[in-house]
Amino acid sequence: MTFLLRRLAFYLVTAWAAITLNFFIPRMLPGNPVQSLITRYQGQLSTDATKALYALFGLDEDTSLWQQYLDYWGRLFSGDLGLSFTYFPTPVAEVIEQSLPWTLILVGLSTMVSFTLGTLAGAYLGWRRGRWTDALLPIGSFFSAIPYFWLGLIAIAVLAVAWPLFPSSGGWDGAFVPSWDADFIWSAVYHGALPAITIVISSIAGWMLGMRNMTVTVAAEDYVTVAHAKGLKERTVMFAYAARNAVLPNVSGFALSLGFIVGGTLVTEIVFSYPGIGYILYQGVSAKDYPLMQGVFLIITLSVLAANMLADLAYALLDPRTRQEG
Amino acid sequence: MNQPVLEISGLSVDYGYHDDAVHALRDVSLSLGRGEVLGLAGESGCGKSTLAYAATRLLPPPGLITGGEVLFHSRTGETLDLLRLPDDELRAARWDEIAIVFQGAMNSLNPVRRVGRQLTDVMAAHRPGVPMSVHKGRARELLGLVGIPADRMPAYPHQLSGGQRQRVMIAMALALDPQVVIMDEPTTALDVVTQRQIVERLIALRAELGFSVVFITHDVSLLIEMADRIAVMYAGRIVEDAPAAEIYAEPRHPYTRGLLGSFPPLRGPRRALSGIPGAPPDLASLPPGCAFAPRCPHAFARCEGERPELSGGRRLSACFLPADGPVAAVQGVAPVE
Ligand SMILES: Nc1ncnc2c1ncn2[C@@H]1O[C@H](COP(=O)(O)OP(=O)(O)O)[C@@H](O)[C@H]1O
Ligand SMILES: [Mg+2]
Repeated sequence: MTFLLRRLAFYLVTAWAAITLNFFIPRMLPGNPVQSLITRYQGQLSTDATKALYALFGLDEDTSLWQQYLDYWGRLFSGDLGLSFTYFPTPVAEVIEQSLPWTLILVGLSTMVSFTLGTLAGAYLGWRRGRWTDALLPIGSFFSAIPYFWLGLIAIAVLAVAWPLFPSSGGWDGAFVPSWDADFIWSAVYHGALPAITIVISSIAGWMLGMRNMTVTVAAEDYVTVAHAKGLKERTVMFAYAARNAVLPNVSGFALSLGFIVGGTLVTEIVFSYPGIGYILYQGVSAKDYPLMQGVFLIITLSVLAANMLADLAYALLDPRTRQEG
Repeated sequence: MNQPVLEISGLSVDYGYHDDAVHALRDVSLSLGRGEVLGLAGESGCGKSTLAYAATRLLPPPGLITGGEVLFHSRTGETLDLLRLPDDELRAARWDEIAIVFQGAMNSLNPVRRVGRQLTDVMAAHRPGVPMSVHKGRARELLGLVGIPADRMPAYPHQLSGGQRQRVMIAMALALDPQVVIMDEPTTALDVVTQRQIVERLIALRAELGFSVVFITHDVSLLIEMADRIAVMYAGRIVEDAPAAEIYAEPRHPYTRGLLGSFPPLRGPRRALSGIPGAPPDLASLPPGCAFAPRCPHAFARCEGERPELSGGRRLSACFLPADGPVAAVQGVAPVE
């Protein structure tokens, strides 16, 4: 228990540091970004928005830095991340709220599928090393070596254009309004299929190779030989003794990769014009939409932290040795 | 002589293939009598562990059995040809008939499984009809036998000391009341006091439960005390095989004599330690004659060109020196260097 509490304290401190950094970064930008923004969005910004911008960049001369910092926290806790320019006058929080689920579901599900299949296949390949199944390894490495960008473009060229099985872009069919009805969900699944397949193809080999190599290593451990000598069923030896130990590094890798879902989805969403957080970030960066960028970075930071925490927790749950050391 | 429980004959093992194969075992024959404690001694790297693995078909790759036979005779008079048994029958015989305590006992326990679970899983696998509560009771009893409090059942391996883990492995070996227990250097990683306790416990248990033991160690003086018979191994071959008392009183092979001089006796008067000069040969390219000849103080011309066979009836040894020759003559007076 003290172990978990200590980790929790560590993450709280880290989160505080990250959020504080997020407060200072816009203040360190040279020049007067607000003035140039106002010039760019001539007449479109309301006085409220202008004020919020001054506050964001710390150019609000009347308030002390400390007061600004407190205000920043106050706004954070009330979920106010400012207004987006690109989607003016939609608040940043709302833009994120609308795009985040797309990313979480598409990349989250694909990552889970990739991890599960890759780990199972890796355990099997490691257990039966030296047979013809080892031929799968170079094939897997080949796909993971293709830059994702290319893989996505090739998938679109082949499966959406030359042979139009899947739509080439978007998150759902424009004919529907986003809602929880069957038609819309089906349309979303259909649009998500191609990006999901490319994500799985490009990432599965990593899980597979990692798990395979760990299984080969663990299979040579004394306790696995003992398990054989005990006359346990091959399945028991493979799962409860070999794979159970071999999966530990993969599990922490998995938890960490969940943290990169939000940040690492940029290329996928650009290639497939998928309406997730990566696409939003891309738009924000192109339009110098500072409030939006700041909001997305905050989400990315927090999700990486949450994933680290999950990795710690998973490890503590799966490996009794970590629980003691703390 | 009573019927042996385990008979190994002509067993040969290579690691690797073709010309660069390491011949780890060559034509090894040994038999283990019912209720007997057979000691297997020899310097590290001579093939002792390989023998234990090969006899139970647990050789890790690239180990390959290239010849020989291992027969197990059960209490009911049934004979199992271990090297040719189908996989499922072999699995059923493992641990139930022959249990092993491995050399790397520190790592013999699955680090993520509770100790109690590792004791009961083997019982559940071999006695599927018996309720779990019975297995748990038996596991507690076994821990008691080796002097570990039953409340350690839920512990994970890392929460036990090295000696405790070793004793858990011994308890585990006895779980199914096997007829043969092979112990591969079960105490080498431990301090002398713990080592002593474990060996004594083992001797007591053997008397109580009546299993046979193959006790593998590089420390012959330990065997002198506890074994009925000792087989000495050198470069993958048995070079001497005789009752323990006779080996101690009158070793026939110069190598055995060298081994006896390398360890302090556990009790009795101290002797000067002599050790054996030189290093064991490369098992991938052995000389045509006696493998020990280059290190042997008594080697003569014949030893270089011809390999002595293991012979001599009840007191086997593989040496050209006459039985009452120089080795026997100088026994008892350890050379001081
Ligand atoms: N996995 C392996 N691959 C290649 N050679 C091995 C392997 N295991 C053991 N050997 C070789 O076989 C010989 C006998 O080893 P081993 O049976 O472990 O000896 P001991 O138990 O007597 O110390 C050694 O020379 C060792 O180098
Ligand atoms: Mg060994």
